[in-house]
Amino acid sequence: MSVSIGGRTPRKQASNALADAQLPRLIELWLLIAAAIVVGGTLLLVGFNLAVWAVLTAVVYVIAIGVASRLVENRRKAVDRVVRALVTIAFLLAVIPLISTLWTVVAKGIGQLNWTFITQTGAAHFDPTTLEVTTAPGALQAVVGTLEITGIATVISVPIGLLTAIYLVEYSLPSSPLRRIVTFLVDVMTGIPSIVAGLFAFSLFALIVGPKAFSGLSAAVALSVLMIPIVVRASEEMLRLVPDELREASYALGVTKALTIVKIVLRTAVSGIVTGIVLAVARVIGETAPIFIAASFTDNFNANPLSGPMQTLPVLAYTGYKFPGHDIVASNQAAWGAALLLVILVVIFNVIARVVAQFFAPKTGR
Amino acid sequence: MSKRIEVNDLNVYYGDFLAVEGVSMQIEPRTVTALIGPSGCGKSTFLRTLNRMHEVIPGAHVTGTVRIDGNDLYAPGVDPVLVRRQVGMVFQRPNPFPTMSIRENVLAGVKLNNRKISKSDADALVERSLKRANLWKEVQDRLEKPGASLSGGQQQRLCIARAIAVAPDVVLMDEPCSALDPISTLAIEDLIEELKQEYTIVIVTHNMQQASRVSDKTAFFNIAGAGMPGRLIEFDDTTTMFSRPSVQATEDYVSGKFG
Repeated sequence: MSVSIGGRTPRKQASNALADAQLPRLIELWLLIAAAIVVGGTLLLVGFNLAVWAVLTAVVYVIAIGVASRLVENRRKAVDRVVRALVTIAFLLAVIPLISTLWTVVAKGIGQLNWTFITQTGAAHFDPTTLEVTTAPGALQAVVGTLEITGIATVISVPIGLLTAIYLVEYSLPSSPLRRIVTFLVDVMTGIPSIVAGLFAFSLFALIVGPKAFSGLSAAVALSVLMIPIVVRASEEMLRLVPDELREASYALGVTKALTIVKIVLRTAVSGIVTGIVLAVARVIGETAPIFIAASFTDNFNANPLSGPMQTLPVLAYTGYKFPGHDIVASNQAAWGAALLLVILVVIFNVIARVVAQFFAPKTGR
Repeated sequence: MSKRIEVNDLNVYYGDFLAVEGVSMQIEPRTVTALIGPSGCGKSTFLRTLNRMHEVIPGAHVTGTVRIDGNDLYAPGVDPVLVRRQVGMVFQRPNPFPTMSIRENVLAGVKLNNRKISKSDADALVERSLKRANLWKEVQDRLEKPGASLSGGQQQRLCIARAIAVAPDVVLMDEPCSALDPISTLAIEDLIEELKQEYTIVIVTHNMQQASRVSDKTAFFNIAGAGMPGRLIEFDDTTTMFSRPSVQATEDYVSGKFG
């Protein structure tokens, strides 16, 4: 008896009318290994190349799995397997640069990274007796500078950004012209190139304190120009996610609008807002150009953000390569150390944010 | 505790759109009044004008008067926040605050207003409110669990406990059982019966049996057509409304001929 479901006929007479022929369970793995061996073997004859091998293996695998599935299974499953393979390849392609970058930074920076590097100011010492210049590697000035400049930028940006978001979501009417202007300006600010923000901050401070306006504060102002729109956007999204039902429940208890916003809306949205702020910090902590312009660079330890050049980790990485000191190798190594340190800092911030977000998240558990 | 509500020639507008027209009714203290009628006829809108919750929607405004024991809610200088402290509300979907525990939810009306309350007073208030809401036995061992961990029916009773914890004079209920199963519905209807001893209750419902079970008075709202304002068609004792209403439309509606 031949059974037809939706116009398709099973290729094999199965005992179960709903069952269809299937490829073996591990067919994808076996086909991949087979494709790798075949392609590898062929390439060995003409000259082996890792990249070509990977690309050809992927192409052969996609074709093979499609043909095999079409022959044994049916058209729908064949399409499924091919698309699944393509999606996986796309994912791997997207991950390769990321892993490669991380690998390079870790591999080159790890040798540099030790406690002395973090806790010591890098400086060149001139020894008058031997007339030799020795360079001591150190990133303390850059670590302190990064934390101070990013910290000040966060302190400036978070209140402005959060209050703007609260105005947009809780107070402005959809038709209000001010709301449209603010939204438009935030969109424009999101697109400002960071170098422009740096020039803006530097010229602003040059107007106030004169031509030698390099300072951590002016770099922080440049970063907050970049940071505010991100904080506004992220907070706005999170505030909009708070259901109106909760606001109404609060109003119906005779709670004022201000207290409703502080204790219900912000409290419910806080975990998302914290995540948004940390993403904004991670976005600006790696900025180089605006800090280079506004805070210049220095090997001296300067913890005073109000005056004098200040070093940050990305700027240290940049100058270590672009303007190496007497000992070029040491400068380059310091650059890689700074890069790794920066990555670690960002990871630490992300972990802290996750813990905080988890702590504040609305609880649903029984 | 309970108070009389007098509504006189009330029109409700959303912007320029007249949503409810010419409603006048008297709601006696310690009674349950049911508002019935087809969807979109303005029952919920009217209910919300009784504690000025309609003002949450931009552009909503009213003409006419609503007096609670003689005080006009819409007189100049009336603070809607104070109105809502006297006229509590329970919504269609249970909406406990997700960041708060069961205990904190009951105390929300007190705590959110930054009022100081001693631990023993707070404990007493939590127990009293939850007992009034028939929820105490089910949650007394887990007051610190999140409010969202309860079932839908329990959440709705938690919301009722939260509403009565601020000691309002009037409790408005906007289809409080429409998201609940029959057992939970029964629990809430029993609760309404008990709350009637102390509070004036106005309830919107789509369930005709519920209206006839719980209410003393019933108001039937209807709408002439799309884009037309909703009107109060008939307002009378519930037994009269369901046995021999004076308006044909009411009879058609309660007997299930339309709606």
